[in-house]
Amino acid sequence: MKKGVLIDIAKALLLARWRQTMVAAIGVTFSITMFITLLSFMHGLNDLLDGLILNRAAHIKLYNDIKPNANQPIKAEKAFAGKYHFIHSVKSDASKQAIYNSAAIMQSLSKDSRVMGYAPKLTAQVFFNNGSTDITGVLNGINPAEEIRLFHFNDYITSGKAIDLQREMNTIILGKGLAEKLLVNLEDVIQLSTSKGDRFQLKVVGIFESGLRDLDNVQSFTSINTVQKVLMQPNNYITEIDVKLKDINWAPAMAKEYAQLYQTDAEDIQTTNSQFETGSKIRSIISYAVGITLLVVAGFGIYNILNMMIFEKMDSIAILKATGFSGKDVKQIFIYIAISIGIVGGLAGLLFGFILTSIIDQIPFITPALPTITTYPINYSIDFYIIGISFSLITTYLAGWFPARKASKIDPVVIIRGK
Amino acid sequence: MSQIILEAKNITKYFEDPVRVRVLNDINFSVNKKEFVALTGKSGCGKSTLLYVLSTMDTDYEGDVIIDQEAMPKKDEGFLAKIRNEKIGFVFQFHYLLNEFNVLNNVMLPGLKLAKLSKEEVEHRAYEKLKILGIEQLALKKANQLSGGEKQRVAIARALINDPHIIMGDEPTGNLDKKNSDLVFDIFKKLCAELDQTLLIVTHDPSFAERTDRIIKMEDGRII
Repeated sequence: MKKGVLIDIAKALLLARWRQTMVAAIGVTFSITMFITLLSFMHGLNDLLDGLILNRAAHIKLYNDIKPNANQPIKAEKAFAGKYHFIHSVKSDASKQAIYNSAAIMQSLSKDSRVMGYAPKLTAQVFFNNGSTDITGVLNGINPAEEIRLFHFNDYITSGKAIDLQREMNTIILGKGLAEKLLVNLEDVIQLSTSKGDRFQLKVVGIFESGLRDLDNVQSFTSINTVQKVLMQPNNYITEIDVKLKDINWAPAMAKEYAQLYQTDAEDIQTTNSQFETGSKIRSIISYAVGITLLVVAGFGIYNILNMMIFEKMDSIAILKATGFSGKDVKQIFIYIAISIGIVGGLAGLLFGFILTSIIDQIPFITPALPTITTYPINYSIDFYIIGISFSLITTYLAGWFPARKASKIDPVVIIRGK
Repeated sequence: MSQIILEAKNITKYFEDPVRVRVLNDINFSVNKKEFVALTGKSGCGKSTLLYVLSTMDTDYEGDVIIDQEAMPKKDEGFLAKIRNEKIGFVFQFHYLLNEFNVLNNVMLPGLKLAKLSKEEVEHRAYEKLKILGIEQLALKKANQLSGGEKQRVAIARALINDPHIIMGDEPTGNLDKKNSDLVFDIFKKLCAELDQTLLIVTHDPSFAERTDRIIKMEDGRII
């Protein structure tokens, strides 16, 4: 009942000055609109740029690094036990590049409930023969079905089909730059040779474009079996297992665990791609800062308008107090006014923000670097809307609080006697 | 002996700015129920100041104000607001109606604030009060569409809405012409005679004061 009266008075005061009220609300609307748009667009871009790398990257990469054996023979000699060993000209041990016991590791991974999936991999350095010139390239042996499922491999195939690698023997997908250099197209047959001099002929079933030119100039993909044949290795020869987790944040801890468990090197995505996260973070901070600045400016607008309203309505405040409304009631009236400007302006801002982002989402954005993107990227996360409305309520509350306190302290005697 | 509604005990007040001046000097008096009292005196004698002290709006004084057997605290702003709401009705020289509301809502506001009755009941009472003052036909007009005399009558209706113990007036006829002044005076007289309403009216109009039950005259901050 009592609250109802205060709200009625707040409403009457608001409507009596509806133009000013509108200006204040539009200020909030504008700032929330820009806040939503800015954050949605910025995060859309972040997702896009991160996706460029992170979609394709394994959360944990299991491999054997080329490095000197940790157990040098001198360790076995009891005479030097406990002493510090100086050994010169230690050479890296290349024989262990294959992951030992890979079949067992993969079996254990598929039982791990934290793992979304894994894809074994094998790479070989090869020369693509193009008439009299040889072009150096990298031949990746992959499991196409798993690569498509886990690492969005299909997104980067501009012509042909990735799954054909699995369906047909002796097939290859070439990077776009590589295909251009070799002057080949789909269904053409290319010849490659290994460092040991063996020659192989493979049919092109697809063209791959990652958006990173350097990669497209050297990379090519084929099935694991083909690479094993090229390298003359048995069919359990795997040099890398890419693991994708259900939650990317588990990667650092699980990488350590796997390194222990499987006796391989394990690298997590956070270590490999730390620079991307930094970039995303800074972009987010900038957009939040700009958005909040806009809101604060809108808050000052509300502050001004309420101050003016209080100045104009001095008499009304005085009589309200004389007839029994306490300072607290008067304060509440002005807080209601501020909050209702915040709610109306804020909700309108959310709506306009959504509309504006939807429009941006329709603007064509075609770049050869990003074959799957056709319009500007937008992230429609509900979080921005929640943050937006909360901030609009907080700023309008604060903007209303100071004038409201002033109004509550008005001495009715001074005003009534002043007439 | 009739019941005492309002009592002033040893009230002394100073104005500090620009120099310390004693505006009220040890004032003692009481107002009984059903009394129609006029507080008169020359301009600047402190009669309005006294009224604001008695009304609880001004708390910067020494001594005690006792309303309905209860001494008024000086600090508790919320409590004093409640007392003003429930036990005191005000009529000022200027009407102080809220232009955003119509006449009926203006009258209802203190009643809604008190919240003892439902909105419908308060509305019903507001109509009754307007009827007593003969302005019920104006109920749905906006406050700024009324004439001066009508506004003052609405202000009186507003003062009556919570059936206060006492109505205090600060020069309620000061802004009105002779005809409207008489009208307002007659209303006060009627309220006192027919509804047992207690009234304490500050005025410097001798013809107004003479017609009341009792005149309290002030000079230089004292009652004489």
